[in-house]
Amino acid sequence: MTNLKPVDVAIIGGGWTGLLTAKEITAKTSLSVAVFERGGPRKLPDYAVTMDELDYNIRLRMMQNTAEETITHRHSLKDSAVPVRQHGSFHPGTGTGGAGEHWGGASFRFLPDVFTLRTHLLQKHGVARLPEDLSIQDWAVTYDDLEPRYWKAEQMMGISGKAGNLRGQKIDGGNIFEGLRQQEYPTPPLKHSYASSMFEAAVRRMGYHPYPTPAANLSEPYKNPDGIQRGACQYCGHCQRYGCMVGAKAQPSNLLMPVLGRRKNFEFHTGSWVRRIVHKDGRATGIQFTGENGEEFFQPASTIVLASFTLNNTRLLLLSKIGTPYDPNNRKGTLGRNLTHQVGTNTRVFFGKPLNAFMGAGELGSRISDFDGDIGFTGAEGEPLRLGMIALSINGRPPIGSFGVMPQGATKSNWGSEWKKAALEWTDRWAAIGLSGEHLAWRQNYMDLDPTYTDKFGDPLLRFTLNWTDHEYKQREFAEQIQAKVAREMGAKFDEGRRSRDRYNVINYQSTHIQGGAIMGTSPENSVVNRYLQHWDVPNLFVIGASSFPQNAAPNPTLTVLALTYWATEAMTDRYFKHPEKLI
Amino acid sequence: MKRREFLTLPAAAIGGTLLYTLAGEPIRLQAQNGTVKVPLRFFTADEAKVITAACARIFPSDSSGPGATEANVVIYIDRQLAGPYGRDKYRYTKGPWVESYPEHGYQGKASPSETYREGLKTLGDFAGLSPADQDAKLRSIEKSYFFQLLRQHTIEGMFCDPMHGGNAGLIGWQLAGYPGPQMSYRNEVDKHFGQPWRPKPASLEQIAGRAGKPWEDEKG
Repeated sequence: MTNLKPVDVAIIGGGWTGLLTAKEITAKTSLSVAVFERGGPRKLPDYAVTMDELDYNIRLRMMQNTAEETITHRHSLKDSAVPVRQHGSFHPGTGTGGAGEHWGGASFRFLPDVFTLRTHLLQKHGVARLPEDLSIQDWAVTYDDLEPRYWKAEQMMGISGKAGNLRGQKIDGGNIFEGLRQQEYPTPPLKHSYASSMFEAAVRRMGYHPYPTPAANLSEPYKNPDGIQRGACQYCGHCQRYGCMVGAKAQPSNLLMPVLGRRKNFEFHTGSWVRRIVHKDGRATGIQFTGENGEEFFQPASTIVLASFTLNNTRLLLLSKIGTPYDPNNRKGTLGRNLTHQVGTNTRVFFGKPLNAFMGAGELGSRISDFDGDIGFTGAEGEPLRLGMIALSINGRPPIGSFGVMPQGATKSNWGSEWKKAALEWTDRWAAIGLSGEHLAWRQNYMDLDPTYTDKFGDPLLRFTLNWTDHEYKQREFAEQIQAKVAREMGAKFDEGRRSRDRYNVINYQSTHIQGGAIMGTSPENSVVNRYLQHWDVPNLFVIGASSFPQNAAPNPTLTVLALTYWATEAMTDRYFKHPEKLI
Repeated sequence: MKRREFLTLPAAAIGGTLLYTLAGEPIRLQAQNGTVKVPLRFFTADEAKVITAACARIFPSDSSGPGATEANVVIYIDRQLAGPYGRDKYRYTKGPWVESYPEHGYQGKASPSETYREGLKTLGDFAGLSPADQDAKLRSIEKSYFFQLLRQHTIEGMFCDPMHGGNAGLIGWQLAGYPGPQMSYRNEVDKHFGQPWRPKPASLEQIAGRAGKPWEDEKG
């Protein structure tokens, strides 16, 4: 073990949160900041020859290597977990920028009532009508706390969109259900594709309120407050699961690394796999990591920021024995609690005309929030407590992944002449109406360390205990009814939803929105970190990311993760570094 | 070291963009008597004939257009199986190995290359069977993991970028009306509503002006 020269701040993880934290601290202080990223280096020119569906969209070349580390999954406390042997239901990133390089770019603010969810549902339904196993809780921050930080994140990335609630004024064409915004989006919405324009027209005729998906894919050239100039999206259709070859998609590699590269008090270490946070008597003393060639290092640091993906934030705390692991039997302990994913269901819609859907962008689409949160719900039979957004997106239709999609029962076999002929006929004649649904937290869904399976170093893997409940089935059934109505209004042929009652599966991609494990709250009894994402037990440790979300909200989490990063780093630079003790 | 095996193909089947990364080294193939000999990385010549025949039943050359044979799908599969994917370099392969629910996906120990070696045994003298008997044979193994891989790889070989060895002459993309990677659709994305718009396909190398580095060529 080699002891390195001490730094003021050691940051674990070189993705959006770790690099944004580094950028904010190095801008406002002269503290020495070192970021440790286990993946490799990456830069914009790398993406010029990566528009390759096979390696990037199918083999998932930008993702973490599951051979080195994965998770295990079981459906219930009664089952044994097995490893997720290859990526499926979500896609953790690696290397410079992490998952912030291969993301799609959807950039929403959460509804204001998301942040006070427990209080809101108790007021609306009363404690007797909420399921006993429901484990939701209020965030320790409010929408009003985050509003100015949302704006900072939107400006940094140049989000393309249209406001629907500008200082209280409802604007048609934007999301009229959103929380109050002080500012219009930095850039106008992206263009419409044929399929999303048909969706928009249909839902408008039905009396809903469509709006373009706010996206981190620039609709026009834009210069951000850091002076970073980027060009407009080319709708090349190679976005989600790829890095952007022209830099139109906001990525840590094009927005944060260029700024950090000029800072003298910043160091970046790739190929550095952090194994433990070392602590003594309630203070973290540094991090232990393994370098690319297997050498072991100890990096002493005054402050540690754990800013990796949700999975690794929780796992590293468990491995480092910081905090009390959650026990779902007696609901004691906090670490690993409130694991949530995302509730989704798709209704495929088929058309008599081609869509030219190979043209697209990571988040090119139209959506409605008329059923987001619990808008319009009265508590009637068949209604879920919360639902989400209904959308149609065209992200660029790749030929391998989409070949063979056809209406249910169109052919008997899925190979041979008859199948090939039908598959060719239906190529480019379908789209999907999706649900991006809120996943509530339940007592029995949580993370801990697996008793059997280990990573390449022999450390235990993270174990998911996760399954859908009747509430999620109800959400899907409700959403599928809406999707069917929209499909009819679009004049499309469609498959009836059949998947609403399937159990959680680790094979089919759902979203990379994994939340919880190190959640924020108002006391050490209900949370791992306080409202500034400072660890309750170890005040010189901050844990930043969607791991802090008490439960999932319907929209994609990245913008909220970034707003929380601004919020936490402001608390660090304004107060904590002057008196590095408990902020609460 | 094992003897190098070759697959003999009609010269007409080789598109101009097909063979620039064969075996990870530039090999200029000379057409002799109307045929070219392609060095194989994983299959023996006999195995390649069986896979060629099986892929031709999965994605046939017929009245709806060319198929797996014209796209050189077998070359694609050969390279994938010899590369990191075929050897499970990126799959979690620690035990214990246990059967689980279908929701947990493939939990078997065999890598894709091992699955093919076993699967080839069940196909036997497949290339010598009549098309009807070939179909019956495939139907009998249709639920196997080997067949699922073979079917998936056949589609991949039809529609991948030609740098991976399949989609020879961009024949799969022409068939499906897919233009390949293009630098920009900015002036087209909100036009052509309801009309097919089919730009002439191009490969990544043609578009980017330099060759990509396919993952199967990764060393180690």
